[in-house]
Amino acid sequence: MTHEILMAGFGGQGIMFMGTLLAHAGMMEDKEVTWMPSYGPEMRGGTANCSVVISHEPVASPLVSEPTALIVMNRPSLERFEGTLRPGGLLVVNTSLVDRRPERQDVRLLEVPANEMADRLGSLRVANMVVLGAFVQASRVVTLHSIKQALPEVLPQHRHGLIEVNVKALEAGAALASGGQ
Amino acid sequence: MGERILMKGNEAIGEAAIRAGCRYFFGYPITPQNEIPEYLSRRLPEVGGVFLQAESEVAAINMVYGAAGAGARVMTSSSSPGISLKQEGLSYLAGAELPCVVVNIIRGGPGLGGIQPAQSDYFQATRGGGHGDYRTPVFGPASIQEMVELVMEAFEVADRYRNPVMVVGDGILGQMMEPVVLPDPKPLDSLPAKPWATTGNQGRPPNVINSLFLDANLCSRHNEHLQEKYREICRREVRYELVDPEGAEIYFVAYGTTSRVVRSVMNRAREEGIITGLIRPITLWPFPQEPFERVVERAKAFLCVEMSAGQMVEDVRLAVNGRRPVHFYGRTGGVVPSPAEIADALRKVLEGRDPGA
Repeated sequence: MTHEILMAGFGGQGIMFMGTLLAHAGMMEDKEVTWMPSYGPEMRGGTANCSVVISHEPVASPLVSEPTALIVMNRPSLERFEGTLRPGGLLVVNTSLVDRRPERQDVRLLEVPANEMADRLGSLRVANMVVLGAFVQASRVVTLHSIKQALPEVLPQHRHGLIEVNVKALEAGAALASGGQ
Repeated sequence: MGERILMKGNEAIGEAAIRAGCRYFFGYPITPQNEIPEYLSRRLPEVGGVFLQAESEVAAINMVYGAAGAGARVMTSSSSPGISLKQEGLSYLAGAELPCVVVNIIRGGPGLGGIQPAQSDYFQATRGGGHGDYRTPVFGPASIQEMVELVMEAFEVADRYRNPVMVVGDGILGQMMEPVVLPDPKPLDSLPAKPWATTGNQGRPPNVINSLFLDANLCSRHNEHLQEKYREICRREVRYELVDPEGAEIYFVAYGTTSRVVRSVMNRAREEGIITGLIRPITLWPFPQEPFERVVERAKAFLCVEMSAGQMVEDVRLAVNGRRPVHFYGRTGGVVPSPAEIADALRKVLEGRDPGA
């Protein structure tokens, strides 16, 4: 099985970090992984997206044009990428910042009010971890345990104080996904 | 050999250079290769090396000339417009027989072009982009692991033949992350001796490093020597990967990033019962003739895919030499051909049509 995951939002939402953590967790599970950021003449507050491929086989193309899973953190990302998701794929929507329902009926939908949930945990900045926890729980691409293990590897030493709130956010997202399925 | 770590392509290039014994880097910033100098600016001082941001690409390549002449393992990196600026220096390095490694993270051109991935510097890299009858070996890795191994090997090949060696990638290989196992660093005392280097002539006659031969006969003799060296490189340094499954009739030819997209297409085609092969040149010069000889008899046609208007396809046509049809599909200017587009090109070839038409 090859998981081709596209995650998108605006700059500052931690899209790249979310992807890096996922790729790192996949690597720790001895899987083949690639992580590819969108790059270009970007500006602050502009769109950011990142592709992660996780597979038991060597990864062919690191570019994801038809994802098996799509994570959208804001409305412009839903507009841009909804049509690319493969039929039967998993669509994770941050409903805090997406004020319309997806049009696709042939995909599995997981709605996460990530900003509200992160706010309740005391840090809006971990909305990305709420979504990642929910995504991992719903997709089983990697285990939540591996994501938690990857946190201290990916976060620089001076940010290790933030691990606790990140773990809480991951768990909150995972709990939502397991309750809501 | 250590554990698998997740690394960005550009940073892996920097680390591979250090592990190959490179202690000098001279460059000038340009996207999409900036993580190479950024990484080396931090790492080189840690290992007693020198990182220097020059005032221009021209200055940087001539600093490479100086360090190489003094016997150091030295590297520079840039992207397409910057590599164009370095061509005079590359010709001088080749003429003076100085080893160095030059990395080109190719972007769309011509001119300033854009910053997105391209392979449109193939002609420049494989034909020797500067003046004079010279060649540089060119490595075209397709993964971060291979990038690490080939950057390290590039230093070996450069020293073995006293010649510049190029490693080419693009913004995808430079920006993406993949797990890599970093080879152990080369002990500095194990690097090849360079008795020809200009290291101060105490106790020996002076060494001279020059590419000036005003006597035509001497210049001709020097050229014959260079050509003999290039022939030896052609005999000994060819690298390629051949994917040759039972029943393949159409063979893709692709290198670097494009070969990864082609593999996605091959996997999907196989699910539909269409078996295809792949010839992936790893050295772009010397270009691999051998895999074509191995499959040409049973091949129906070749389909060369590039991020250019058709550059490597000329070498493919020379290798096939009219024995089979050679088709081409390419995208230019920084657009990566999509799996669907390549699959469409394959379908046309299978139907006997020209995908470029």
